[in-house]
Amino acid sequence: MINKFRDSVDEVLADIPDGATILIGGFGLAGQPVELIDGLLRRKLTGLTIVNNNAGNGDEGLALLVKSGAVRKVICSFPRQVDSWNFDAKYHAGEIELELVPQGNLAERLRAAGAGIGGFYTPSGFGTTLAEGKETRHIDGRDYVLEFPITADYALIKAHKADRWGNLVYRKTSRNFGPLMAAAATTTIVQVPYLVELGELDPERVVTPGIYVDRVVQVDSTNPKEHS
Amino acid sequence: MSIGHRHPEKLTRDQMAERVANDVPAGAVVNLGIGIPTKVSNYLNPEHEIVLHTENGMLGMGPEAHGDDIDTDLLNAGKLPVTEAPGCSYFHHADSFAMMRGGHLDIAVMGAFPVSKNGDLANWHTGEPGAIPAVGGAMDLAVGAKDVFVIMELMTKKGESKLVESLTYPVTGLGCVTRVYTELAIFDLDRAGSVRVTETYGNTSVADLRTMTTLDLIDATE
Repeated sequence: MINKFRDSVDEVLADIPDGATILIGGFGLAGQPVELIDGLLRRKLTGLTIVNNNAGNGDEGLALLVKSGAVRKVICSFPRQVDSWNFDAKYHAGEIELELVPQGNLAERLRAAGAGIGGFYTPSGFGTTLAEGKETRHIDGRDYVLEFPITADYALIKAHKADRWGNLVYRKTSRNFGPLMAAAATTTIVQVPYLVELGELDPERVVTPGIYVDRVVQVDSTNPKEHS
Repeated sequence: MSIGHRHPEKLTRDQMAERVANDVPAGAVVNLGIGIPTKVSNYLNPEHEIVLHTENGMLGMGPEAHGDDIDTDLLNAGKLPVTEAPGCSYFHHADSFAMMRGGHLDIAVMGAFPVSKNGDLANWHTGEPGAIPAVGGAMDLAVGAKDVFVIMELMTKKGESKLVESLTYPVTGLGCVTRVYTELAIFDLDRAGSVRVTETYGNTSVADLRTMTTLDLIDATE
């Protein structure tokens, strides 16, 4: 019997080693795997490479992971925000590496990793400092930059419902990077507020098929709308 | 009152947003950037069924959510809670940016530091040493949308024009801006660098604008 359900957050994160590359889903609070990030902090790992749209906000979640010194490198599109003081301090101290990637290139590089694509030419970033040193091509009247996939050891994402095969559905804009990261990582770990019986999800509505998912843990949602 | 050519006062930020809204065709798919561009949504005619795109994965975004309508799973690109418009749809980030790059998005409205006369856009990084760079979706939007409209004040507080001969700020996208809406005038740009002034406000003449920008502007106001 295929059963990807696991009992606890600590259990699903137990084998992540120092130096791992970890994709973390979410855009703002939507789709952010808050409890998995907190669990990662408890592991007291070092040398991590974290891929997320941002680099942590306030004094919680990813920001605390950055503050703890667990993170060696951040790959993201938008690190600088009004409440990104933990990342800012590490960056200015020269204690964290930043790879800044335009948001669409970040998404497509993750998609490429999950889809077995070795690289792709994108117009985003051409002629900018973010494309310096990168191979370019002029194709059919337009200029492109060669970008490579972002592969990873683990993905931590949040979905709305999962069955024991790991089939996932999401809610509204919490989908964001989730399906891409699930496919891009070697081991994909998902938190959901709702576990459902096999066969209960409408197959027409499954967004991430279970083939991309390895472990599922149930964590209650703090969003009252997710319960309605 | 709608804002027309030779509006007697220079435009406020809200009026600039309203003026952009008047140029968005019915049924267009539009992405509004953070800041003044977001205000454009306040002036869109609901009967025109203009479809708002947000890069974090939604078409058919409704107005900002308040009170009991707030759902932290439903956010805009500025991470503020929003609502669903009838006919909306959700998709993941790669699809969201594919529809941009693939030329399916009609208009992106963005702010800018400066814009050059041939439509080069700078709006992501001041270039100051030590400043932490952040780009978000700006570069993807700049090259992806069929039209990029910029809303910005023409003149800085120091009295320098933000419509310039060539960029000194870090580039966001090359030759991508097609129209610039300012408090004093509207400028139509092309990649060859010929700039047409189509409307002026606040008793500003095209000759005044030539002096302010030091550009060879084409008078297309008649």
